Amino acid sequence: MYKLLLSWRYLRTRYIALASIISVTLGVATLIVVNSVMEGFTQEMHKRLHGILSDLVFESHSLGGLPDPEWHEAEIRKTLGDQVVGMTSTVQVPAMLSFQVRGQWITRQVNLVGIDEGTYAQVGDFSQYLLHPDNQARLSFLLRDKGYDARLGEAGWDFRRNRVTYERAVQEQMRRIEATRQARQPAEAEPPGPPEDPLAGVPADPYSGAEAGGGDVFDEAKEQHTGVILGLMVASVRHRDPDNVVRDYFLCRPGDDVNLTFPTAPPEGTAPSAQSAKFTVVDLYESKMSEYDSTFAFVPLGELQRLRGMIDPQTRVASVTSIQIRLRPGSDLNAARDALMQRFPADQYAYRIQTWKDLQGPLLAAVQMETTILNILLFLIIAVAGFGILATFFMIVVEKTRDVGILKALGAPSSGVMSIFLSYGFSLGTVGSGVGMIGGLLFVIYINEIAAGLERVTGHEVFDPTVYYFQQIPTVIEPLTVALVVVGAIAIAVLASVLPALRAARLHPVDALRYE
Amino acid sequence: MKSATCASAGSLRSRPNARSSVLLDSLRNLDGPPRAEPDATPVASFARGGGPLLGAKKVFKSYRKSKHIVPVLRGVDFAIREGEFVAIVGQSGSGKSTLLHLLGTLDAPDAGEIHFEGNRIDNLPSQARDVLRNRYFGMIFQFYHLLPELTTLENVLAPRMIGQGVFRYWLNRRQHFEEARQLLGLVGLSHRLTHKPRELSGGEMQRAAIARALVAHPQLLLADEPTGNLDRQTGQEIMSLLRALNRQQNLTIVMVTHDNAIAAQADRTVRLVEGLVEQVA
Repeated sequence: MYKLLLSWRYLRTRYIALASIISVTLGVATLIVVNSVMEGFTQEMHKRLHGILSDLVFESHSLGGLPDPEWHEAEIRKTLGDQVVGMTSTVQVPAMLSFQVRGQWITRQVNLVGIDEGTYAQVGDFSQYLLHPDNQARLSFLLRDKGYDARLGEAGWDFRRNRVTYERAVQEQMRRIEATRQARQPAEAEPPGPPEDPLAGVPADPYSGAEAGGGDVFDEAKEQHTGVILGLMVASVRHRDPDNVVRDYFLCRPGDDVNLTFPTAPPEGTAPSAQSAKFTVVDLYESKMSEYDSTFAFVPLGELQRLRGMIDPQTRVASVTSIQIRLRPGSDLNAARDALMQRFPADQYAYRIQTWKDLQGPLLAAVQMETTILNILLFLIIAVAGFGILATFFMIVVEKTRDVGILKALGAPSSGVMSIFLSYGFSLGTVGSGVGMIGGLLFVIYINEIAAGLERVTGHEVFDPTVYYFQQIPTVIEPLTVALVVVGAIAIAVLASVLPALRAARLHPVDALRYE
Repeated sequence: MKSATCASAGSLRSRPNARSSVLLDSLRNLDGPPRAEPDATPVASFARGGGPLLGAKKVFKSYRKSKHIVPVLRGVDFAIREGEFVAIVGQSGSGKSTLLHLLGTLDAPDAGEIHFEGNRIDNLPSQARDVLRNRYFGMIFQFYHLLPELTTLENVLAPRMIGQGVFRYWLNRRQHFEEARQLLGLVGLSHRLTHKPRELSGGEMQRAAIARALVAHPQLLLADEPTGNLDRQTGQEIMSLLRALNRQQNLTIVMVTHDNAIAAQADRTVRLVEGLVEQVA
């Protein structure tokens, strides 16, 4: 009883000790905030990294890909059993994207992916990042009339028709000017004759001409090339306008035509050559993962196989370069990967089998490393706070030497004296980490408001939207982490009071009573 | 309790003693039920033929100061019977406080033995000595030694809190409070129950300390210069209180003082000179 009473009274009357646990409070609060934010970032990043990737990627090393994908898919299904919930074949090749903006050619380096419209949506979240709502529901490589995301402005068939009309009108104008100039040149040499009809010599309306020409001539205003879906950042540049508003400026949008140049899959013995083809942009996608948004371009699988010469002329079997597999949620990806690797050993098959985490391994490992190091550093802060408690407690024990003598003279055992100071340390640790926990949780809950306040006060943007996709700081509070941090801090406070408590317990009662 | 059973044979050992066996039982079972509360006049319940309640036999004690060994007690013999009021006098450094600490098991002698109710107590394990100090001895000091964080009432209750577990104490708290209040009334401090020690005068602090020493119904009060820090009149009041406790409740008191006038109010005076006893009539 006296132990509780005394440690309670010491807690109430020794404010210097409370000062010594402020560092525990701060340490606990910081640990909780950092862990919640890092966990939030990690989960957000996992979501985005995983975004358009399937769970498992089965890749062929060779440019020609793996022949007979159906046999492979059947084998994979046999190996993995009913874990597989979706599987699709793709062709992935490096490619050069080029398009004209105001007469200037712009090129982008892209990862060209040939996907199967029917099955690709089964293996990843790709379709939900598309900017046309109908495409989100059902993927299609046909240009839509309108209804694209409002950011794009005018897009679709309406835009394409207007653009073609405008371009043709401009061409028409140019030709007329040219014709006038040519007509005038001889007139300057000779005396001017009567002015010619400026329209003379110009073919009739090109529209009617195209119509008249039937299906042979490609009419831009009415037809499209094979569709391509580009990443948002492939097609746009992001900048900040003078009003401090961040905008995406679109270099090309659905309805524009682009050129894609990619290597062919050569027959044995010949070197690959570059193959170019025209495509029409039918949609953009935004996964908010800049690495994906700035490198991927998607085209229909069959078309890419045909263009690259991946279809066997005799058997009509088309090769693919990779097979994407989605597993049932909660499946052990590494085990599935290892099972596939056993079925297709690396020394017999030139295949690479990876989980999406393997593909993004370095990035995930870096974030993990960051979290670990931050945790170690912050826990060291709490450990330093432990030494502060140790020093304060030694002072308090010295100050309380006579009280210890009195307690011993009244028959208190050494263990009782020791537990006074241990429970004092425990209650200090509890108060310190409790306040820290509440403060940390409040900080995490109101972190976006705090960031907004800081922005107002300092005038410095915490999250520059030209750099980050996050509009808000993502946070995830893990109860287990919070509990561990609090328990760890209390343990440090108790450990720090062990030495002073031992010293108090070992005091000789006579010496302690004589202590002035 | 091996040490108690193999204590050297002697006159103290030859008489079996009811209270000592109770003590030893309670030491064996520290967490068990506390001993029965003694009667209002604890000592009267087992009147005996005047054998010593507490005794020291050929006690030696020296202190080490830097490299010199300073002998303080050099073979002191001392005994006190139940109900006696004995004063130990001597100059500063004569070892009288050391002797009191040895008698109260706060310190252990280098050689010699301390006996309580016929059982050797100086070599008991520390746990047993803690119980002895908590339930059988009361102690008061020159500088009162109240706990500054606790109120007067809580200070008086401190031995009870130490002697009992949280749960048992809590169950009997009303009884404890009542007894402590009565004791404080006895020493004349009914109006100071919730004051902290620093709000009390020296005399009041010493009264509170006496109340604290009595709360466990001790058989023996060890007083170390109880008036040493008080003016003559307040000191006299404290002495009257001790005298009354001795007379009315038959409380055995060992008091250390350097003041002959104070010592003269005891039944008997023992003078310590250079670590040896010089009996005074």
